[in-house]
Amino acid sequence: MAMKTLLKNKTTRTNGITYLVVIAVFAVMQVLNGAGLLGSSVKGYLVPICVYISLAVSLNLLVGICGELSLGHAGFMGIGAFSGIVIAALLQDTIPNDVMRLLCAMVGGGILAGVVGFLIGIPVLRLRGDYLAIVTLAFGEIMKNIVGNLYAGIDAQGFHMAISTSKMKLGEGGKYIINGPLGATGVQKLATFTMGFVLVLFTLFVVQNLVNSKEGRAIKAVRDNRIAAESVGINVTAFRMKAFVVSAFLAGMAGALFGLNYSSVTASKFNFNTSINILVFVVLGGMGNILGSVISATVLYVLPEAMRGLQDYRMILYAVVLIVVMLCTWSPKFKEKLSIVSEKIKSLFWGLFKKKEAGTNE
Amino acid sequence: MKKILALLLAALMVVGMLAGCGSSKTEAPKDAETKAPEAVAEAPAEGSAPALKIGLTGPLTGGASEYGLAVRGGMEIAVAEINAKGGLQIEFKAEDDEADGSDKAVSAYNSLKDWGMQILAGAVTTGSALAIAAETVNDQIFMLTPSASAVDVAMTGPNVYQMCFTDPNQGASAAELMAQKWPDATIGVIYDSSDAYSTGIVDGFLSKAAELSLNVAVDNAAFTADNKADLSTQVTQCKDAGCDIVFLPFYYTEASQVLTYANTIGYAPTFFGCDGMDGILAVEGFDTSLAEGLVLMTPFDANATDDATVSFVEQFKANNDGKVPNQFAADGYDVIYALYNACVAAGIDGSTPAADACAMLQEQFAGMTVDGLTGKGMTWDGNGMISKAPAAVVVTDGIYVPLA
Repeated sequence: MAMKTLLKNKTTRTNGITYLVVIAVFAVMQVLNGAGLLGSSVKGYLVPICVYISLAVSLNLLVGICGELSLGHAGFMGIGAFSGIVIAALLQDTIPNDVMRLLCAMVGGGILAGVVGFLIGIPVLRLRGDYLAIVTLAFGEIMKNIVGNLYAGIDAQGFHMAISTSKMKLGEGGKYIINGPLGATGVQKLATFTMGFVLVLFTLFVVQNLVNSKEGRAIKAVRDNRIAAESVGINVTAFRMKAFVVSAFLAGMAGALFGLNYSSVTASKFNFNTSINILVFVVLGGMGNILGSVISATVLYVLPEAMRGLQDYRMILYAVVLIVVMLCTWSPKFKEKLSIVSEKIKSLFWGLFKKKEAGTNE
Repeated sequence: MKKILALLLAALMVVGMLAGCGSSKTEAPKDAETKAPEAVAEAPAEGSAPALKIGLTGPLTGGASEYGLAVRGGMEIAVAEINAKGGLQIEFKAEDDEADGSDKAVSAYNSLKDWGMQILAGAVTTGSALAIAAETVNDQIFMLTPSASAVDVAMTGPNVYQMCFTDPNQGASAAELMAQKWPDATIGVIYDSSDAYSTGIVDGFLSKAAELSLNVAVDNAAFTADNKADLSTQVTQCKDAGCDIVFLPFYYTEASQVLTYANTIGYAPTFFGCDGMDGILAVEGFDTSLAEGLVLMTPFDANATDDATVSFVEQFKANNDGKVPNQFAADGYDVIYALYNACVAAGIDGSTPAADACAMLQEQFAGMTVDGLTGKGMTWDGNGMISKAPAAVVVTDGIYVPLA
């Protein structure tokens, strides 16, 4: 009975479906992997897909739920990646367990990204209009250029950091962690698909619960009508800040996982293009639609890889696909057709479900 | 509903068409070969071993694609020549890594691995090479990169080799050359601080210059990939410091801007470039007379008159709409030949597992000497770094002339 009332609640149902889809896909991938049916390419996609899902969902919180445009999500991802790599390298001897070290790196990366987000938010989120988009755009570029000139290393004396090679003096046996434009090199790969899955679940848990809480309703109220929200006593800046910091924190965690999945990462990876890419995942998946972000991040990440057979034309075709999807999802005619199809599928599914339930009752 | 169907069908047709174009383009070099060897290339004689699978990862799309496409063009020529000879056959495949230093590079590498690659003849850019090199160490796949020149690449593992000079080495040779030719000159350095290649050379150059007590007046005229549209500040800085030699350790597209601007402000020092400068005479819309007197250290000269270079340049032009090959293409060509020679000597063919081939090739490369387009008597040290004589040329009447 309790199950039934729960299922009748629409938000619980949608949230439940999102978790179910993610868990089911994880289980299928694990089984396939265990059976040795996955090629190196597919195995290589698993972690980045988890990372991009987390990034898309966290950006969706900001863009879809809060109604703020951020063009520097990759900047937060980059902060998470590089701080995560540094933390993992520094804890090498203190915490020998790989999973624990990865967790520390992810939490540390997330916190740092969240703090930076908070600092940016203090002046910008008080303003009306598109200022957040402008500032985050600049922020992403600034981050990229700072990290691109950053040297960090560790030797017998401890941790060193400098902004140019000449100031960077590592002692005998010292090792660079971040090496200027070369980026972080010689990173010990700690990321696993399971951790990626846990990160996706954590992101979904945080975002979906936030959206359906008192805070979430306030955030949505601010998005829909700022003046009306203010008139009922909602602190507009504080709620926008909450969404922004949570979004930055989750992006930092995802970034740390990304950074620790490769043996080298360059700062130029976290440029404007990556930010826009994540935004495209959100927009095409449907703003405010969490499951949509999960699906579109997965499909759009795999698509250019799956089209490798097309050789030089694959990136052109990727663009064509994006345009077609955008046109189709915005066309009312197409939406109507799609809703008819989805209604049919739904009624079929619920019909089966109800029949089964009736069967068990009898 | 009909409309959607029509749209879908149209989309499918487009895919089909493009797929057709893609495959026909990559096979172009084979078609360019004479008829008889083509048959050999398509189907190895019965009873012979399967073809050796060599893969390349490089930027084939995006801003850095000119380097990746040049390397691929050079390699395709070498593969076609080798397959035409008969004997050991090579199957070659290039994958796009978009010059990305993490996920895209590893994806490109993984898809080559799924294809059955035995030897990696990549990556083209340093960032991608660093991401991939650690993977090849784990997978025990031999890697010989044509153009990823950072020291860290070769130091990743014992199976990673380079065909190009390492950056600090090249910077040090440049400093030595300057000390020899212009010991009293005032030197200015302009570089790209966001690029590993450029900063690597500058690091090597500055430490060698300090050792040789060269007079470096400007060492901080840096720009980044984001603000390279206008390099006038950096040029003016060198002019104001009275530099007689301006060292330009970056690629030719930016260098052409420097030369153009220097000309407009009437500043005419000796410009000195590295191997990335090769190709400046082919920049579209660039007045090549401005490059007169430019000194550059390049291992490859497309105007050389030896038979190997002449036939390579001819073939490359035929395959690439008359484009003159640069040192990237020549490096790619040499990589395939170095691998081919080593494989023939070690008896590696298409049936050798990648890990075995890796061990055998490491042994071969330790004691091997290769003559190629980019140098004679090239050898490798234990770290996988190449040793070949640095060659400097000076642009005179629009062609390279060895520096006297």
